[in-house]
Amino acid sequence: MREKILAVIEKNSRIDIKDLAILLGESEVAVANEIAEMEKEKIICGYHTLINWDNTGEEKVTALIEVKVTPQRGQGFDKIAERIYNFPEVNAVYLMSGGFDFTVIIEEKTMREVAQFVSDKLAPLDAILSTATHFVLKKYKDHGTVLVDTVREERMLVTP
Amino acid sequence: MRNFLSDKIVEIQPSGIRKFFDIVSEMKDAISLGVGEPDFDTPWHIREEGIYSLEKGRTFYTSNAGLKELKEEICHYLSRRIDVEYDYRKDIIVTVGGSEAIDIALRAVINPGDEVLIPQPSYVSYLPCAVLADAVPVVIELKEENEFRLTKEQLLAHITPKTKVLILPFPNNPTGAIMEKKDLEEIAEVIIEKDILVISDEIYSELTYGVEHVSIASLPGMKERTILINGFSKAYAMTGWRLGYAAGPAAIIEQMIKIHQFAIMCAPTNSQYAAVEALRNGDKDIAVMREAYDQRRRYLVHALREMGLDCFEPFGAFYVFPSIKRFGLSSDEFATRLLNEEKVAIVPGTAFGDCGEGFLRISYAYSLEDLKRALGRLEHFVKRLEEEQK
Repeated sequence: MREKILAVIEKNSRIDIKDLAILLGESEVAVANEIAEMEKEKIICGYHTLINWDNTGEEKVTALIEVKVTPQRGQGFDKIAERIYNFPEVNAVYLMSGGFDFTVIIEEKTMREVAQFVSDKLAPLDAILSTATHFVLKKYKDHGTVLVDTVREERMLVTP
Repeated sequence: MRNFLSDKIVEIQPSGIRKFFDIVSEMKDAISLGVGEPDFDTPWHIREEGIYSLEKGRTFYTSNAGLKELKEEICHYLSRRIDVEYDYRKDIIVTVGGSEAIDIALRAVINPGDEVLIPQPSYVSYLPCAVLADAVPVVIELKEENEFRLTKEQLLAHITPKTKVLILPFPNNPTGAIMEKKDLEEIAEVIIEKDILVISDEIYSELTYGVEHVSIASLPGMKERTILINGFSKAYAMTGWRLGYAAGPAAIIEQMIKIHQFAIMCAPTNSQYAAVEALRNGDKDIAVMREAYDQRRRYLVHALREMGLDCFEPFGAFYVFPSIKRFGLSSDEFATRLLNEEKVAIVPGTAFGDCGEGFLRISYAYSLEDLKRALGRLEHFVKRLEEEQK
């Protein structure tokens, strides 16, 4: 049941528990319990909203920063990751395979703020060898949702 | 001037759905639960393959029976899904949708006066195609108390010395009924004993819920007397590509290829290349879509029962077939009033045969949001009818 609950709410976190129970053919209580359980176990980590800021008046800049570091003896990458992800400006931190170590994603109001974050906060950290900052120019698709196209109904209203 | 029209064609009634469609298309902001095709787009990797085939300049005819690669993949697919082995060289024909396969299968086997058994409610084309082939259509009226399955007794009651073909339309449009293995075994016994040919329309075979689809062709002694029809429209959401196929005894397929070669030439080349990709890498897409349909199916059945519309739980296709008998309206009246008063289009059961009277076909090939909106209006309408009855 968990897998099916997750598949549905990953796409629609606002669905009624009642509706969800009907869709899955389970009782409402069982579904609610399972969700509560998964929240406790940190399988479900939050219910966020996907916002297309481009459609608001608000200016937002997203940057992907490639970071190379020297891993710390005895602590590997985790300790450095922690020092990075604790900055509230940071949206995401991933440890990567390949030519660099971390991808850090940050969102700020202006490019200047991003630059400031990198030069004042990120780059000076002890273990960090180098950073390369890439700015996002346009978001086409985010979290599995296409942001640019509008959905249209092409089907005829009645067909055999 | 002379009357140039063919009497045979003039006699044939246009599809009941057509009539309804004409009313709906005149109406602004009507919403619909009347669609007989998936709401999903064709999976991107399949569309991509179609685009690529155009870029590569694959814009020529294929051989009449279809692309070799596609016929091979169809055989692999039938082997893994229904456990029947076909020879791609002589047992397969690729057609323009399942609809063409139905037409040419009938034309390939019928002599004037042969009787064709057509269980109803069922898809709109069987009866007219049988008539076009000079067959005598014999309707078997399926019953709600049997969950619209075909029973051995009903079959036996309609067989005469002239009976040649049984059309077996399961999983069924419009009822959502399926035939399980035990049901098919009883039918097969009669079919073999009475020496009848089956045209098994399995276009919805991938859309069964909680029960695996069984093909009658997989039962002992049945492969040689079954023309199996399937296609890409429902399983892979490829209705507009117009691609289906038939698999069956080589002697029959050979005759079908003749009709196809003179009437059609070959199925669209572009669609055939896309279909190869669908069969090779599309199983995952089917699983995702099936799960989505299954969820909506449960939602729809639940909602209809809540508002007091009786329906048996369907296990196939993407339709629910609730009864409206308690309102004292005909299916046509119900559907017409629903459309006029609430602007919801639902197809009356009678579009699929006279015995569909008293029922509606509701499609769940819609997003949950669309279903909810339409069901809200339907409930409103049902309440009004209940008020009127008081």
